[in-house]
Amino acid sequence: MFDFLQGYDVLGAFWMTVKLTLLSAVGSLVWGTLLAAMRVSPVPLMRGFGTAYVNIVRNIPLTVIIVFTSLGLADIFGVTMGASDDFKAQGFRLALLGLVAYHAAFVCEAVRSGINTVPVGQAEAARAIGLNFSQSLRLVVLPQAFRAVIAPLANVLIALTKNTTVAAAIGVAEAASLMKQMIENEAQTIAVGAVFALGFVVLTLPTGLLLGRLGKRLAVKR
Amino acid sequence: MKLRKVTAASAAVLALALAATACGSGNDDDSSGGGKKIKIGIKFDQPGIGLKQPDGTFAGFDVDVATYVAGQLGYKPDQIEWTETKSADRENAIQRGDVKFIVASYSITDEREQKVDFAGPYLLAHQDLLVKKDSTISKGTDLNGKKLCSVTGSTSAQNVHDTIAPKAQLREYSGYSECIAGLQSGAVDAVTTDDSILAGFAAQDKYKDQFKLAGLKLSNENYGIGLKKGDADLKKKIDDAIEKMESDGSWKKAVDKNFGPANYRNEPAPQIGHIVK
Repeated sequence: MFDFLQGYDVLGAFWMTVKLTLLSAVGSLVWGTLLAAMRVSPVPLMRGFGTAYVNIVRNIPLTVIIVFTSLGLADIFGVTMGASDDFKAQGFRLALLGLVAYHAAFVCEAVRSGINTVPVGQAEAARAIGLNFSQSLRLVVLPQAFRAVIAPLANVLIALTKNTTVAAAIGVAEAASLMKQMIENEAQTIAVGAVFALGFVVLTLPTGLLLGRLGKRLAVKR
Repeated sequence: MKLRKVTAASAAVLALALAATACGSGNDDDSSGGGKKIKIGIKFDQPGIGLKQPDGTFAGFDVDVATYVAGQLGYKPDQIEWTETKSADRENAIQRGDVKFIVASYSITDEREQKVDFAGPYLLAHQDLLVKKDSTISKGTDLNGKKLCSVTGSTSAQNVHDTIAPKAQLREYSGYSECIAGLQSGAVDAVTTDDSILAGFAAQDKYKDQFKLAGLKLSNENYGIGLKKGDADLKKKIDDAIEKMESDGSWKKAVDKNFGPANYRNEPAPQIGHIVK
């Protein structure tokens, strides 16, 4: 029944999906946290930038962002991420850039909501003992904020895992691109689709369960 | 009070949605029950082959063939209901009975023949390259080290990987339009897929005199008309219609009209049932 899988590197394609997911998860966590810090900072310019970035980027469809990185950034502006002669590496890096840029906006909002769960007294106490803004954010507020937003961040991570399929639009050889190839060759649309749907469930279901449990264990009891 | 407003609003939305779906299914019933309409699957997004134009009409070689065949089956052009059948959707659309037959740059392959029957072929196409007017690419081995573009997962893209030029840089996009944009900006050296599709793009007014076909015959694609498996009667009728189209000169006229401006050297009209491997 599954003989149509023969001759295809399904695991390899999903490995590419995993690589895209993990790298862009790390990237968007870092960039998103920085954006959240900007949005709560006392500097109006930074607050303005953070707000504008989040509201613009999260409202652009991901496909548009990803295709723009290739057709716009690489082809027109020559931003090839150090791989102008290797389309495979170039596509991968550009997709990574697009995914990070997009999901950082969602990470930022999740982290900011976490910051709002930390009582104001905590920040005031941090100021009172002489910590400056970045110290109080780093040492007092963010550690408590992150423990509150593990579940929402897991949501973003699951969405990110599935959104990596958009990278097929610029030719990154991940799961969705192999799926297109198999549908083209095999004339078994539903069976092929089911295999790939199952693959994504296998990737995302444990993520959700694990992070959900972690979130409960680490939540700050108030 | 506020809650009640929200409830009322969502109820209204729900009612609208229901009304809309009910409306949709009502239309479907009309067309299949009326009997005097025929549903044909084509591509909506391939210039020269099957393209939905801004005014809502359809143009292209597949559209001309489908119209002729439908005419032979006793349907006037205004009785044809065009349905979009994307590549991945074609077998299912036939099996579900959504369309009577499909004329959508549909290459006859062994895997597909297990699912559907094919009438024809009505056109023999080859994988080819679209290059800039002043390009020097003239044979397959020129391609190694060059930058190519094709559609993600398509047969043409796989051919490049596997046989034609494994060392070429292949960029894969989700549509040919993106590839053509890359060719225009110089980011890629050539776009590759069936010559008929390339000719259709190059023949568009906005690209006139910018591109040419390299004329390489990198593969054989036999375009057939897909129909429900086992419908021998319909297959015979469509085969006859294609034969008649080829013999009375309408076939040649349709080729010239849709592919002509791109310097496309078409193959002679294929014989029914003769598949070039």
